[in-house]
Amino acid sequence: MGTVLVVTSGKGGVGKTTSTAALGAALAQGGQNVVVVDFDVGLRNLDLVMGAERRVVFDLINVVQGDAKLSQALIRDKRLDTLSILPASQTRDKDALTDEGIARVIGELRENFDWVICDSPAGIERGATLAMRHADIAIVVTNPEVSSVRDSDRIIGLLDSKTDKAANGERMDKHLLLTRYDSARAERGEMLKVDDVLDILSIPLLGIIPESPEVIRASNMGSPVTLNNAASAPARAYLAAAKRLRGETAALPDSSGKKGLFGKLFWRRAA
Amino acid sequence: MKLLNFFTRQASAPVARERLQLLLAHERGASGGSSDLLEALRTEILQVIGKHVAVDSEKVKVSVDRREAVAMLAIDIEIRAPSEALLMEVPRKVA
Repeated sequence: MGTVLVVTSGKGGVGKTTSTAALGAALAQGGQNVVVVDFDVGLRNLDLVMGAERRVVFDLINVVQGDAKLSQALIRDKRLDTLSILPASQTRDKDALTDEGIARVIGELRENFDWVICDSPAGIERGATLAMRHADIAIVVTNPEVSSVRDSDRIIGLLDSKTDKAANGERMDKHLLLTRYDSARAERGEMLKVDDVLDILSIPLLGIIPESPEVIRASNMGSPVTLNNAASAPARAYLAAAKRLRGETAALPDSSGKKGLFGKLFWRRAA
Repeated sequence: MKLLNFFTRQASAPVARERLQLLLAHERGASGGSSDLLEALRTEILQVIGKHVAVDSEKVKVSVDRREAVAMLAIDIEIRAPSEALLMEVPRKVA
Protein backbone atom coordinates (compact mmCIF):
# COMPACT_ATOMS: atom_id res chain seq x y z
CA MET A 1 0.00 0.00 0.00
CA GLY A 2 1.39 3.36 -1.02
CA THR A 3 1.45 6.62 0.88
CA VAL A 4 -0.81 9.48 -0.21
CA LEU A 5 0.75 12.96 -0.01
CA VAL A 6 -1.05 16.25 -0.59
CA VAL A 7 0.93 19.32 -1.62
CA THR A 8 -1.14 22.29 -0.51
CA SER A 9 -0.80 25.96 0.52
CA GLY A 10 -4.01 27.99 0.38
CA LYS A 11 -2.28 30.80 -1.49
CA GLY A 12 -1.58 30.47 -5.20
CA GLY A 13 1.79 30.89 -6.87
CA VAL A 14 3.91 29.72 -3.94
CA GLY A 15 5.28 26.63 -5.71
CA LYS A 16 2.82 23.74 -5.21
CA THR A 17 3.09 22.44 -8.77
CA THR A 18 6.86 22.97 -8.97
CA SER A 19 7.24 21.14 -5.64
CA THR A 20 4.91 18.29 -6.66
CA ALA A 21 6.92 17.73 -9.84
CA ALA A 22 10.29 18.03 -8.10
CA LEU A 23 9.43 15.80 -5.13
CA GLY A 24 7.73 13.26 -7.38
CA ALA A 25 10.78 13.09 -9.64
CA ALA A 26 13.16 13.03 -6.65
CA LEU A 27 11.34 10.04 -5.11
CA ALA A 28 11.27 8.29 -8.49
CA GLN A 29 15.00 8.99 -8.99
CA GLY A 30 15.48 7.11 -5.73
CA GLY A 31 13.79 4.05 -7.26
CA GLN A 32 10.33 4.57 -5.79
CA ASN A 33 7.19 4.04 -7.86
CA VAL A 34 5.49 7.45 -7.98
CA VAL A 35 2.35 8.98 -9.46
CA VAL A 36 1.65 12.71 -9.37
CA VAL A 37 -2.02 13.69 -9.59
CA ASP A 38 -3.18 17.13 -10.74
CA PHE A 39 -6.31 18.22 -8.82
CA ASP A 40 -6.40 21.70 -10.35
CA VAL A 41 -9.37 21.10 -12.64
CA GLY A 42 -9.75 23.85 -15.22
CA LEU A 43 -6.27 25.23 -14.58
CA ARG A 44 -4.09 22.21 -15.07
CA ASN A 45 -0.37 22.87 -15.21
CA LEU A 46 1.39 19.85 -13.75
CA ASP A 47 1.49 18.23 -17.20
CA LEU A 48 3.13 21.37 -18.61
CA VAL A 49 5.74 21.68 -15.86
CA MET A 50 6.60 18.01 -16.37
CA GLY A 51 6.73 18.25 -20.15
CA ALA A 52 3.82 15.85 -20.75
CA GLU A 53 1.30 18.39 -22.10
CA ARG A 54 1.21 16.89 -25.60
CA ARG A 55 0.65 13.36 -24.35
CA VAL A 56 -2.60 13.96 -22.44
CA VAL A 57 -5.47 11.87 -23.81
CA PHE A 58 -7.67 11.09 -20.80
CA ASP A 59 -7.70 12.89 -17.46
CA LEU A 60 -8.72 12.57 -13.81
CA ILE A 61 -12.36 13.46 -14.52
CA ASN A 62 -12.65 10.82 -17.26
CA VAL A 63 -11.40 8.23 -14.75
CA VAL A 64 -13.58 9.51 -11.89
CA GLN A 65 -16.66 9.35 -14.12
CA GLY A 66 -15.78 5.91 -15.47
CA ASP A 67 -15.25 7.09 -19.07
CA ALA A 68 -11.66 5.87 -19.09
CA LYS A 69 -9.63 3.30 -17.20
CA LEU A 70 -6.88 4.49 -14.89
CA SER A 71 -4.27 2.77 -17.07
CA GLN A 72 -5.49 4.77 -20.09
CA ALA A 73 -5.16 8.12 -18.33
CA LEU A 74 -1.78 7.57 -16.67
CA ILE A 75 1.16 9.04 -18.60
CA ARG A 76 4.56 7.51 -17.92
CA ASP A 77 7.45 9.96 -17.78
CA LYS A 78 9.87 9.60 -20.71
CA ARG A 79 12.94 10.16 -18.56
CA LEU A 80 12.00 8.07 -15.50
CA ASP A 81 9.94 4.94 -15.95
CA THR A 82 9.01 4.85 -12.26
CA LEU A 83 7.26 8.23 -12.55
CA SER A 84 3.71 8.69 -13.86
CA ILE A 85 1.31 11.61 -14.07
CA LEU A 86 -2.47 11.69 -13.88
CA PRO A 87 -3.46 15.01 -15.47
CA ALA A 88 -6.43 17.19 -14.56
CA SER A 89 -9.06 18.22 -17.06
CA GLN A 90 -8.57 21.61 -18.68
CA THR A 91 -12.12 22.01 -19.97
CA ARG A 92 -14.38 20.52 -17.33
CA ASP A 93 -15.67 21.96 -14.11
CA LYS A 94 -14.38 20.85 -10.71
CA ASP A 95 -17.96 19.87 -9.79
CA ALA A 96 -17.49 16.87 -12.10
CA LEU A 97 -15.28 15.38 -9.35
CA THR A 98 -17.39 13.27 -7.00
CA ASP A 99 -16.34 12.24 -3.49
CA GLU A 100 -16.91 8.53 -4.23
CA GLY A 101 -15.09 8.73 -7.57
CA ILE A 102 -12.03 10.36 -5.99
CA ALA A 103 -12.01 7.82 -3.16
CA ARG A 104 -12.06 4.96 -5.67
CA VAL A 105 -9.28 6.44 -7.86
CA ILE A 106 -7.01 7.24 -4.89
CA GLY A 107 -7.62 3.73 -3.51
CA GLU A 108 -6.63 2.19 -6.85
CA LEU A 109 -3.50 4.39 -7.14
CA ARG A 110 -2.50 3.50 -3.58
CA GLU A 111 -2.45 -0.18 -4.57
CA ASN A 112 -0.25 0.42 -7.60
CA PHE A 113 2.29 3.01 -6.45
CA ASP A 114 4.60 3.62 -3.48
CA TRP A 115 3.73 7.33 -3.48
CA VAL A 116 0.60 9.14 -4.67
CA ILE A 117 1.30 12.89 -4.70
CA CYS A 118 -1.77 15.12 -5.05
CA ASP A 119 -1.15 18.65 -6.37
CA SER A 120 -3.87 20.76 -4.74
CA PRO A 121 -5.48 23.79 -6.38
CA ALA A 122 -5.07 27.11 -4.57
CA GLY A 123 -7.87 28.32 -2.30
CA ILE A 124 -9.88 26.61 0.40
CA GLU A 125 -12.82 25.53 -1.74
CA ARG A 126 -13.97 22.06 -2.71
CA GLY A 127 -11.07 21.35 -5.07
CA ALA A 128 -8.56 21.91 -2.27
CA THR A 129 -10.52 19.88 0.30
CA LEU A 130 -10.96 17.01 -2.20
CA ALA A 131 -7.21 16.95 -2.85
CA MET A 132 -6.42 16.68 0.87
CA ARG A 133 -9.29 14.34 1.84
CA HIS A 134 -7.48 10.98 1.56
CA ALA A 135 -3.95 12.13 2.38
CA ASP A 136 -1.69 10.39 4.92
CA ILE A 137 0.85 13.21 4.88
CA ALA A 138 0.41 16.89 4.01
CA ILE A 139 3.16 19.13 2.67
CA VAL A 140 2.35 22.77 3.31
CA VAL A 141 4.20 24.93 0.79
CA THR A 142 4.89 28.41 2.18
CA ASN A 143 6.82 31.48 1.05
CA PRO A 144 8.50 33.61 3.74
CA GLU A 145 5.92 36.33 3.26
CA VAL A 146 2.94 37.43 5.39
CA SER A 147 0.03 36.50 3.10
CA SER A 148 1.44 33.05 2.37
CA VAL A 149 2.04 32.31 6.07
CA ARG A 150 -1.49 33.39 6.96
CA ASP A 151 -3.02 31.20 4.26
CA SER A 152 -0.87 28.25 5.33
CA ASP A 153 -2.20 28.64 8.86
CA ARG A 154 -5.72 28.45 7.45
CA ILE A 155 -4.89 25.34 5.41
CA ILE A 156 -3.39 23.67 8.49
CA GLY A 157 -6.78 24.24 10.18
CA LEU A 158 -8.53 22.54 7.25
CA LEU A 159 -6.07 19.62 7.29
CA ASP A 160 -6.99 19.08 10.94
CA SER A 161 -10.74 19.18 10.29
CA LYS A 162 -11.69 18.29 6.69
CA THR A 163 -9.69 15.12 6.02
CA ASP A 164 -10.41 11.41 6.49
CA LYS A 165 -7.68 11.31 9.11
CA ALA A 166 -9.34 14.11 11.10
CA ALA A 167 -12.75 12.40 10.78
CA ASN A 168 -11.24 9.20 12.22
CA GLY A 169 -9.81 11.13 15.14
CA GLU A 170 -6.23 10.73 13.91
CA ARG A 171 -3.66 13.47 13.53
CA MET A 172 -2.70 14.54 10.04
CA ASP A 173 1.05 14.39 9.57
CA LYS A 174 1.94 17.91 8.37
CA HIS A 175 5.30 19.19 7.09
CA LEU A 176 6.47 22.63 6.08
CA LEU A 177 8.23 23.17 2.77
CA LEU A 178 9.57 26.71 2.73
CA THR A 179 10.06 27.83 -0.86
CA ARG A 180 11.64 30.88 -2.55
CA TYR A 181 13.82 31.41 0.51
CA ASP A 182 16.59 33.97 0.28
CA SER A 183 18.86 33.47 3.27
CA ALA A 184 20.84 36.66 2.58
CA ARG A 185 17.69 38.80 2.71
CA ALA A 186 16.42 36.92 5.78
CA GLU A 187 19.76 37.57 7.49
CA ARG A 188 19.43 41.30 6.75
CA GLY A 189 15.99 41.33 8.35
CA GLU A 190 14.21 41.94 5.05
CA MET A 191 12.40 38.61 4.98
CA LEU A 192 10.90 36.25 7.56
CA LYS A 193 13.45 33.70 8.72
CA VAL A 194 12.95 29.94 8.77
CA ASP A 195 12.58 30.04 12.55
CA ASP A 196 9.97 32.81 12.38
CA VAL A 197 7.79 30.74 10.05
CA LEU A 198 8.32 27.57 12.10
CA ASP A 199 7.43 29.42 15.31
CA ILE A 200 4.23 30.81 13.83
CA LEU A 201 2.98 27.68 12.06
CA SER A 202 4.40 25.13 14.55
CA ILE A 203 4.71 22.21 12.13
CA PRO A 204 7.97 20.35 11.45
CA LEU A 205 10.26 21.43 8.60
CA LEU A 206 10.62 19.17 5.58
CA GLY A 207 12.88 21.42 3.56
CA ILE A 208 14.00 24.89 2.53
CA ILE A 209 14.04 25.56 -1.20
CA PRO A 210 16.24 28.54 -2.05
CA GLU A 211 15.04 31.20 -4.47
CA SER A 212 16.75 30.34 -7.72
CA PRO A 213 16.50 31.01 -11.48
CA GLU A 214 16.91 27.24 -11.94
CA VAL A 215 13.25 26.74 -11.01
CA ILE A 216 11.89 28.73 -13.96
CA ARG A 217 14.62 27.39 -16.21
CA ALA A 218 13.40 23.85 -15.45
CA SER A 219 9.75 24.72 -16.03
CA ASN A 220 10.69 26.36 -19.35
CA MET A 221 12.19 23.02 -20.36
CA GLY A 222 9.22 21.01 -19.10
CA SER A 223 11.38 19.13 -16.64
CA PRO A 224 11.23 18.79 -12.83
CA VAL A 225 14.14 20.78 -11.39
CA THR A 226 15.68 17.64 -9.86
CA LEU A 227 15.96 16.14 -13.37
CA ASN A 228 16.84 19.29 -15.27
CA ASN A 229 19.83 20.19 -13.12
CA ALA A 230 20.29 17.78 -10.24
CA ALA A 231 23.35 19.64 -8.96
CA SER A 232 21.56 23.00 -8.58
CA ALA A 233 20.70 24.35 -5.13
CA PRO A 234 16.89 23.92 -5.41
CA ALA A 235 17.30 20.39 -6.83
CA ARG A 236 19.58 19.38 -3.95
CA ALA A 237 17.05 20.80 -1.49
CA TYR A 238 14.20 18.81 -3.09
CA LEU A 239 16.30 15.63 -3.22
CA ALA A 240 17.08 16.03 0.50
CA ALA A 241 13.38 16.65 1.26
CA ALA A 242 12.47 13.46 -0.64
CA LYS A 243 15.01 11.53 1.46
CA ARG A 244 13.41 12.90 4.62
CA LEU A 245 9.99 11.78 3.38
CA ARG A 246 11.39 8.26 3.10
CA GLY A 247 12.44 8.47 6.72
CA GLU A 248 16.13 8.88 6.00
CA THR A 249 18.09 11.57 7.74
CA ALA A 250 19.34 14.30 5.46
CA ALA A 251 20.92 17.46 6.79
CA LEU A 252 18.89 20.60 6.28
CA PRO A 253 20.63 23.22 4.20
CA ASP A 254 22.39 25.85 6.23
CA SER A 255 19.93 28.67 6.74
CA SER A 256 22.17 30.77 8.97
CA GLY A 257 23.39 32.85 6.05
CA LYS A 258 27.04 32.00 6.69
CA LYS A 259 28.80 31.56 3.42
CA GLY A 260 32.05 30.31 2.03
CA LEU A 261 34.37 32.42 -0.13
CA PHE A 262 32.26 31.81 -3.24
CA GLY A 263 29.11 32.85 -1.45
CA LYS A 264 30.83 35.96 -0.12
CA LEU A 265 31.93 36.99 -3.59
CA PHE A 266 28.43 36.54 -4.95
CA TRP A 267 26.52 37.28 -1.80
CA ARG A 268 23.56 38.87 -3.49
CA ARG A 269 22.90 35.98 -5.80
CA ALA A 270 23.79 33.06 -3.63
CA ALA A 271 20.67 31.87 -1.89
CA MET B 1 20.55 60.66 1.12
CA LYS B 2 20.06 57.21 -0.32
CA LEU B 3 23.11 56.00 1.55
CA LEU B 4 21.66 57.39 4.79
CA ASN B 5 18.39 55.56 4.10
CA PHE B 6 20.30 52.37 3.53
CA PHE B 7 21.97 52.54 6.93
CA THR B 8 19.00 53.70 8.95
CA ARG B 9 16.35 51.50 7.37
CA GLN B 10 14.66 49.29 9.94
CA ALA B 11 14.42 45.57 9.43
CA SER B 12 10.88 44.76 8.25
CA ALA B 13 10.89 41.02 9.04
CA PRO B 14 10.36 41.48 12.82
CA VAL B 15 7.33 43.67 12.02
CA ALA B 16 5.95 40.95 9.75
CA ARG B 17 6.50 38.35 12.46
CA GLU B 18 4.69 40.38 15.12
CA ARG B 19 1.76 41.27 12.88
CA LEU B 20 1.30 37.64 11.89
CA GLN B 21 1.45 36.38 15.46
CA LEU B 22 -1.25 38.82 16.54
CA LEU B 23 -3.49 38.18 13.57
CA LEU B 24 -3.26 34.41 13.75
CA ALA B 25 -3.99 34.38 17.47
CA HIS B 26 -7.28 36.11 16.61
CA GLU B 27 -8.09 33.95 13.61
CA ARG B 28 -7.34 30.67 15.35
CA GLY B 29 -9.66 31.72 18.17
CA ALA B 30 -12.42 32.63 15.75
CA SER B 31 -12.51 29.24 14.04
CA GLY B 32 -13.28 26.02 15.89
CA GLY B 33 -11.10 25.19 18.92
CA SER B 34 -11.76 28.11 21.21
CA SER B 35 -15.57 28.13 20.93
CA ASP B 36 -15.58 24.48 22.09
CA LEU B 37 -13.53 25.58 25.08
CA LEU B 38 -16.01 28.34 25.90
CA GLU B 39 -18.95 25.94 25.70
CA ALA B 40 -17.18 23.46 27.99
CA LEU B 41 -16.40 26.24 30.47
CA ARG B 42 -19.98 27.48 30.40
CA THR B 43 -21.44 24.02 31.12
CA GLU B 44 -19.03 23.18 33.93
CA ILE B 45 -19.26 26.57 35.62
CA LEU B 46 -23.04 26.25 35.53
CA GLN B 47 -22.83 22.86 37.26
CA VAL B 48 -20.58 24.15 40.05
CA ILE B 49 -22.62 27.29 40.75
CA GLY B 50 -25.85 25.30 40.38
CA LYS B 51 -24.93 23.14 43.40
CA HIS B 52 -25.23 26.13 45.69
CA VAL B 53 -27.61 28.57 44.09
CA ALA B 54 -30.37 28.46 41.52
CA VAL B 55 -29.00 29.59 38.17
CA ASP B 56 -30.85 29.98 34.93
CA SER B 57 -28.76 28.25 32.25
CA GLU B 58 -29.71 30.97 29.78
CA LYS B 59 -28.21 33.61 32.01
CA VAL B 60 -24.58 32.57 31.94
CA LYS B 61 -22.29 34.30 29.52
CA VAL B 62 -18.70 33.27 28.88
CA SER B 63 -16.56 35.28 26.52
CA VAL B 64 -12.92 35.86 25.66
CA ASP B 65 -11.66 39.26 24.72
CA ARG B 66 -8.25 39.13 23.09
CA ARG B 67 -6.08 42.18 23.52
CA GLU B 68 -2.55 42.73 22.37
CA ALA B 69 -0.77 41.55 25.48
CA VAL B 70 -3.44 39.57 27.35
CA ALA B 71 -6.69 37.74 26.77
CA MET B 72 -9.60 38.51 29.15
CA LEU B 73 -11.86 35.64 30.10
CA ALA B 74 -15.16 37.15 31.25
CA ILE B 75 -17.77 35.04 33.03
CA ASP B 76 -21.10 36.71 33.61
CA ILE B 77 -23.61 34.83 35.78
CA GLU B 78 -27.03 36.08 36.77
CA ILE B 79 -28.25 34.56 40.05
CA ARG B 80 -31.90 34.51 41.02
CA ALA B 81 -32.65 35.80 44.52
CA PRO B 82 -36.42 35.31 45.01
CA SER B 83 -36.70 36.11 48.77
CA GLU B 84 -34.49 39.15 48.84
CA ALA B 85 -35.93 40.42 45.56
CA LEU B 86 -32.37 41.31 44.76
CA LEU B 87 -30.90 40.61 41.40
CA MET B 88 -27.25 39.94 41.89
CA GLU B 89 -24.81 40.13 39.10
CA VAL B 90 -21.49 38.51 39.60
CA PRO B 91 -19.09 39.56 36.94
CA ARG B 92 -15.70 37.99 37.34
CA LYS B 93 -12.76 38.83 35.25
CA VAL B 94 -9.74 36.66 35.13
CA ALA B 95 -6.80 37.74 33.07
